[in-house]
Amino acid sequence: MSAATVEAINNIIDNNHDPDYLLQHLIEIQHHFHYIPEIAIGALAQTTGFSETHIQSVVAFYSFLSLEYQGDYRILFSDNFTDRIDHNQQLKTLLEDKVKDASVYIGMTSCTGLCDQGPGLLVNGLAINDLDDQRVEEIAALILNKEPVSNWPVHLFAIRDNIQRSDIQLQQESSGGEGLAKALSLGPDQTLSVVDASGLRGRGGAGFKTATKWSFCKQHQSDQHFVVCNADEGEPGTFKDRILLNTYAEEVIEGMTICASVIGASKGLIYLRGEYRYLLEALQGTMQKLRSENKLGNNILGQNGFDFDVEIHLGAGAYICGEESSLIESLEGKRGIPRIRPPFPVQQGYKNKPTVVNNVETFWSVAHILRQGADWFNQAGTEASPGTRLLSISGDCERPGIYEYPFGMTLTEILKDCGGAGAQAIQMAGAAGTTVLAKDFARQLSFEDLATGGSFMVIGSQRDLMDLLDNFATFFRHESCGFCTPCRVGTLLIEEIIQRFNHKQGSEVDLEQLQRIAQIMQETSFCGLGSTAPTAFIDALNQSPELFTERMGHDIDNPVFDLEQATRDYKRITQ
Amino acid sequence: MPTFTLDQQTIEYNPGDTIMEAASRAGIYIPHLCYHPEFTPHGSCRVCVVSVNGRYVSSCTTPASENLDVTNISEAVQQHRKQLLEMLFVEGNHVCPACEKSGACTLQSVAEFCGMLSPTFSFQYPNRPVDASHPDYMLDYNRCINCELCVRASRDVDGKSIFGLSGRGHEAHLVVNSEDGLLGSSNFDKNDRAASICPVGVILPKHQGFNKPIGKRLFDETPINEQMVEPQR
Repeated sequence: MSAATVEAINNIIDNNHDPDYLLQHLIEIQHHFHYIPEIAIGALAQTTGFSETHIQSVVAFYSFLSLEYQGDYRILFSDNFTDRIDHNQQLKTLLEDKVKDASVYIGMTSCTGLCDQGPGLLVNGLAINDLDDQRVEEIAALILNKEPVSNWPVHLFAIRDNIQRSDIQLQQESSGGEGLAKALSLGPDQTLSVVDASGLRGRGGAGFKTATKWSFCKQHQSDQHFVVCNADEGEPGTFKDRILLNTYAEEVIEGMTICASVIGASKGLIYLRGEYRYLLEALQGTMQKLRSENKLGNNILGQNGFDFDVEIHLGAGAYICGEESSLIESLEGKRGIPRIRPPFPVQQGYKNKPTVVNNVETFWSVAHILRQGADWFNQAGTEASPGTRLLSISGDCERPGIYEYPFGMTLTEILKDCGGAGAQAIQMAGAAGTTVLAKDFARQLSFEDLATGGSFMVIGSQRDLMDLLDNFATFFRHESCGFCTPCRVGTLLIEEIIQRFNHKQGSEVDLEQLQRIAQIMQETSFCGLGSTAPTAFIDALNQSPELFTERMGHDIDNPVFDLEQATRDYKRITQ
Repeated sequence: MPTFTLDQQTIEYNPGDTIMEAASRAGIYIPHLCYHPEFTPHGSCRVCVVSVNGRYVSSCTTPASENLDVTNISEAVQQHRKQLLEMLFVEGNHVCPACEKSGACTLQSVAEFCGMLSPTFSFQYPNRPVDASHPDYMLDYNRCINCELCVRASRDVDGKSIFGLSGRGHEAHLVVNSEDGLLGSSNFDKNDRAASICPVGVILPKHQGFNKPIGKRLFDETPINEQMVEPQR
């Protein structure tokens, strides 16, 4: 090991021996070396007090971390269904052919949040959009020339906000901190009343009432409270937080600061998904600007004793960390395994202190609600779902992008706007969400009918829904955290069954098992990942049984026996 | 004392009790694998699911409260447990007739209690090499169910943190905290609490083989649901 390696590792650890920063250190080491050298594990074991085995087990949990040197370039193609219909697999093969002998690792990763401008990829952690043959060839040339990624042309990384429809919130001029000033003049109780009166419900998907969450947290006596912004936008097909963090970060942080003023927090954390690392520098710049304007820091806006600042933690490729208790574990530098509830995060969250975890969009809306008033917000939407929300629309439509809609819009109206006429289905709320077939397009966007965390994927009539299921099955097998039996084993078994049908080798037994596995996952899983993972498969089975019945390999009267297949496992274990 | 109902029986509980703790005190057996009264609840195996007011919850992590209507033994609840047990059996390599733990294995015994006699899901046949590096004990990872009892025992009782879980999803697996990952290179000792906690046949003593004849094994004479004290393994 060279002295330079040791120095680089020491610079990253930077005398910060707090075990909570283990994951953050690992991410920076990975970013620097494109893998985690053994010597870094040793150094971290010394500074954090963890065993090397523990540190390795953390590395093994996160997809973006690697213990082996895999090349100077680590390229991960996004593998959402929308990437697949835009031929990500062929583009990956093209790149592999072009750079055969170069020092490069090429793999797949879960949705990187560029579905409106996909296919996307990550190169050494940075996002590239709009892939086509030409751009892949350009990337191949850069790799063959051994150009460091920092020298790659900026047009490869030019990711657009792509806002297609604005409503009351996106139409606002920059808040300039007016919402925060209002909250400070009202005081915590009145501010909470405004949020309560607005009827705002959490935008992550579950739709818990924001004011209720805040008031639970506030009621909990503690020497410290925390505000956490969940920017781990991992649900396939969701990319609205990407634009909020890119262009409206001031309002997002303003919303966090307003929350801090209500619950009495002095520290906030943004958990930014690793795929959005490219936003990090600008976000830090925004925070610096807010500090200089006294909207973060001590005695904020002249309010004596109101101190609050925000820190950004990165994720490293783990969908489960969007679940709030896993997110907190990850913030504490551990494997992202969900916690037993109760206690809930509002009682014992980050560092076991009362913590509010809200979605990026929720905080953004809070800033506008304080500035404009509760009535301004809840004049839009429906009674049970007040206000507007952002949709990330992708898939088979002419105008994919960000759409702000009041709740209550029908899917037909939304499809008309985005040019998705003729779609056979909408996948609402991502892989964990609901498949809505064309006959039900009169249903509406709302918590009382079709809720979504922002994902809205249009499935055109030319698509085979089995391909969608195949994509989701692989996604969940890869993203299950592995803690509880039904999710760890169920996702594995479901993928096997779906692949059998995809290869026209399904059977009645598979169908019966799929239903049994789905039910047990829905009813006994430890967290929401496991309980929602089977939804798409069961929706398909209930709504389009022919997807399965037409792919039976054999029936009772005509059994098919494939010797190769039947002895596959035997051969594997006796090799 | 406050009470709740379990299979039509009134159960008293202390505030702070989980359903499992209150039921155990009342002498009622709820099947379980990763739960152990000496350690903090884990909630991962899900085998202790009970139906509470129509919803399935794990009894080892759900606080007892007034007016709960808990179903522990019913066709539906046992069916759920059977599916979970099937999953555990197909995930690893469990060859009961050849396993030394047979007759004293909690997984086997719970499966028998729940009526899971043979799994129907497809076997995964994972490749998990055995670790025989330690002079007194061996690790047969083939039978691991990721309950983390050894992890908790080694960390919380022995103060050694010899075991841990690594990886994610179906690749999550038990690891030994030593330089080369072998038990023989760790400071594991036969008198550790972790040496006698494994509910399946992963952590096994060496230099003995099938030393209890069929008929005299832990669960032969008294089935698991009648052993009210946590079995000494």
